[in-house]
Amino acid sequence: MRFDKPAGDSVLADTKVIGKPVHRVDGPLKTTGTAPYAYERHDVAANQLVGWPVGAAIAKGKLKSVGTKKAEAAPGVVAVLTTLQFDRLPLSQWNTANLFGGDQIEHYHQAVALVVAETLETARAGAAMLEFDYAPDTEASFDLSKTAPTGDEQPLSDVGNFEKAYADAPVTIDVNYTTPAESHAMMEPHASIAAWDGDEVTLWTSNQMIQWDKMALATTLKTTPDKVRIDSPYIGGGFGSKLFLRADAVLAALGAKRTGKPVKVQLPRPMIFNNTTHRGLTEQHLKIGATQDGKIVAISHENKSNALPGGSSEKAPAPTQHFYATDNLYCINRTAEMHLPESNAMRAPGEASGLMALEAAMDELAEKLDMDPVELRIMNDAKVDPSNPNKTFSRRHFVECLRTGADRFGWSKRNRKPGDTREGAWLIGHGVAGAYRGAPAQASGAEVAIRPDGGVVVRTDMTDIGTGSYTILAQTAAEMLGVPVERVRVELGDSRYPVSSGSGGQFGAVSSTAGVYAACVALRKKIADELGKKHDDLTFADGAVHAGGSTTELKKLTRGGRELSAIDTMHFGDFRSEKYVVSTFGAHFIEARVHSLTGEVRLNRMLAVCDAGRILNPITARSQVIGAMTMGAGAALLEEMAVDHDRGFFVNHDLAGYEVPVHLDIPHQEVVFLDVLDPVSTPLKAKGVGELGICGVAAAIANAVNNATGIRVRDYPITLDKIVGKLPTI
Amino acid sequence: MSKEKMFEINRRDLMIVGAATAASTGLPATAYAEATPEAVVKPDDLASLDDTLKSTVSFTVNGEKHELSVDNRTTLLDALRERMQLTGTKKGCDHGQCGACTITVNGRRINSCLTLAALHDGDEIVTIEGLGQPDNLHPMQAAFIEHDGYQCGYCTPGQICSAKETLEEIKAGIPSNVTKDLSGPIEATDDEIRERMSGNICRCGAYSNILAAINDVKGQNA
Repeated sequence: MRFDKPAGDSVLADTKVIGKPVHRVDGPLKTTGTAPYAYERHDVAANQLVGWPVGAAIAKGKLKSVGTKKAEAAPGVVAVLTTLQFDRLPLSQWNTANLFGGDQIEHYHQAVALVVAETLETARAGAAMLEFDYAPDTEASFDLSKTAPTGDEQPLSDVGNFEKAYADAPVTIDVNYTTPAESHAMMEPHASIAAWDGDEVTLWTSNQMIQWDKMALATTLKTTPDKVRIDSPYIGGGFGSKLFLRADAVLAALGAKRTGKPVKVQLPRPMIFNNTTHRGLTEQHLKIGATQDGKIVAISHENKSNALPGGSSEKAPAPTQHFYATDNLYCINRTAEMHLPESNAMRAPGEASGLMALEAAMDELAEKLDMDPVELRIMNDAKVDPSNPNKTFSRRHFVECLRTGADRFGWSKRNRKPGDTREGAWLIGHGVAGAYRGAPAQASGAEVAIRPDGGVVVRTDMTDIGTGSYTILAQTAAEMLGVPVERVRVELGDSRYPVSSGSGGQFGAVSSTAGVYAACVALRKKIADELGKKHDDLTFADGAVHAGGSTTELKKLTRGGRELSAIDTMHFGDFRSEKYVVSTFGAHFIEARVHSLTGEVRLNRMLAVCDAGRILNPITARSQVIGAMTMGAGAALLEEMAVDHDRGFFVNHDLAGYEVPVHLDIPHQEVVFLDVLDPVSTPLKAKGVGELGICGVAAAIANAVNNATGIRVRDYPITLDKIVGKLPTI
Repeated sequence: MSKEKMFEINRRDLMIVGAATAASTGLPATAYAEATPEAVVKPDDLASLDDTLKSTVSFTVNGEKHELSVDNRTTLLDALRERMQLTGTKKGCDHGQCGACTITVNGRRINSCLTLAALHDGDEIVTIEGLGQPDNLHPMQAAFIEHDGYQCGYCTPGQICSAKETLEEIKAGIPSNVTKDLSGPIEATDDEIRERMSGNICRCGAYSNILAAINDVKGQNA
């Protein structure tokens, strides 16, 4: 099925299940510990061995030798695999850093060995007996501030004449912001069990993108995709960290091949931060010019960010390309090739860190203009795409987000001047920020079938990384086939099922529900043919098909105990991106308190208002947004992977050193969804929301801290050492 | 069919799915053995170890007595997950930093990754599997579903075990870092609950919803 033009008014106009607050269908499994995650699949293959991976102790250079004799002789050890025993393994188009093989070390904790043993304890003990001899390369770059960009970048946007307009502008700001490297830090470590059957390999793993993983593993193992099966029904969080094939899967497959037995590998938590990917560091330079009454006339957003040679960096100016109206816009992202671990996508890549700078800079501009920051944003709302004035936004309710939020939050009663509002020793401040995130959609396929008992089954290689895919896909099929959600069974994450969009870039929910919609339409047409009726004349309700006065129960449509099944894929036409910018918008409002003596920052309340098309399920969507707000609070106040500029690695590589928000850090959170549809986006008129929620939160917190104290911290995170000593005297 | 049953992936269902797919794609039976409960717990795992490196330990898990031969280095978490296949208790960090492995031992919650199985002879252990099952939920499990107190589900068993014990500890008058008045009964305020739950990280960020779930159960018990 193709989605070639905006959905008509009649499509899914009056839904009974889609958009309703259905509780997670996988809840009973997850709350009882019976949902099976990758490393715990004791049921899938007998006699599993355990592999313990070892990461490189240098960031760049050569591994000269590995002494394996002691480990090989250790109790329980079955095999020792070292990177020197293999040629450098080929990499797929989705990977940058070497995963295994060869003597070259490209980043700290690159996988260099796997000890396979009968138990975890014997594997780990064996790994500790390996003797590594490295030749470090001193010609390496680990400090972003001292690394020049490659110099061959083209501007992302170059409209009008920024330099002239900025020079002529009566009010200007010129500010620099930095954001640190961040880690996804999902709760389930990367893990895989591999088992070979002849030349075919099955991976029970934890991965967001089943098809990419399958293709990538085939490339890396030098086989064809038809020899690889991936199964990943439950995923303990991803946030981008599990978009791609990683070392756990490669090592498990190699270990299983070597030993002839199933092998399971979980990356130890302290290895994840440097072995896998991270959100890159940024150095952002923002210049904004405006008229005296607050109309923006020029914006420049330049960024520098790290990447391994050949890799991609954090594209922080991305949101600025489309957010505020201006005739003169210049955005450029420069990549500094460095030898830190691989930078790659983390929740709202580009937008999340870009808005940490842009939305704080907007606050600085409002301050300089002596304007209400809400009104400044409303005044500069873009009517057409600033980067390409021939394009309009499919739907854009940014102003409504700001107005609704201001009203709900009590913005008119906000603190006006730093130090004005106090509660005991605490200074109270209020902050606002806008949120912007693109709303892409990708081709997505599914199989939908009527089961002999009249129930419905959905099969797709789509994944549920906590986003609620199981639930919203069940809702979609229930809506389309007229059965209760309880009668729909959803099977996900198996590469033998039709290829879906996978989970990433906030495209998963909208794409995969469109795919299930397409498969349901195909099934309805098949049923119409079977009944000798016209598809448009059929109504599906109460577990039956109704047409021209006759009623047929769904289960009567199946024959001989077999399912009645249809498969289809939703393809999205180019009109979506050629004519429109399809995006989501939001506004964040924060009340924070800053201790007047210690500089400690705490959050009192958080509010987000979201414009993201139809909300497919307000329960799971709200959870996505509050979770993203929580991650944004971490970015504002806590999260930073500290770089050792001499040795070239992230120092605080565990969950004690890399601090993420905990219960006591998060106050009452409120989320408002605007009740709007976007017919340009998908037949369900929905847009993603899982990444919108993190966009702008950190800046709103920074703005609240500034509002409370008068202190503008431009190097995230806003830790108390950057505040204490500058606090207003009491 | 109930919702719970619908999503309970049991081994039979998996085999049906597998068989159907194998038939349609012409795949042969696999070379690696089918897992059976007997084959998974490998009695010869520890055969290579000296006697000084292993211990026999007896404890009660979810009301059932078990005698287990363990590598002395085996954490209680790995004994549960690997040797007893009680995989409801999760490994998030293995270093006592995340709380995903929270269980109770003799009525007190602990991080099961920070203690060795061999040290628990005679102890009474309760894991998430002992609280409730999909068709027989503990009130705290039901409240987590009602308030969507989770997303990916990986920290969830630990959160639920901690949540249940948090209310018990408050009721028992055990103070926390945010308890204001140490002289009387402790009030289960939002901050009192948040503080006591702060050893359980949820990266999906379901904290607000988890608090709502705990308050719901608190109300039921009041």
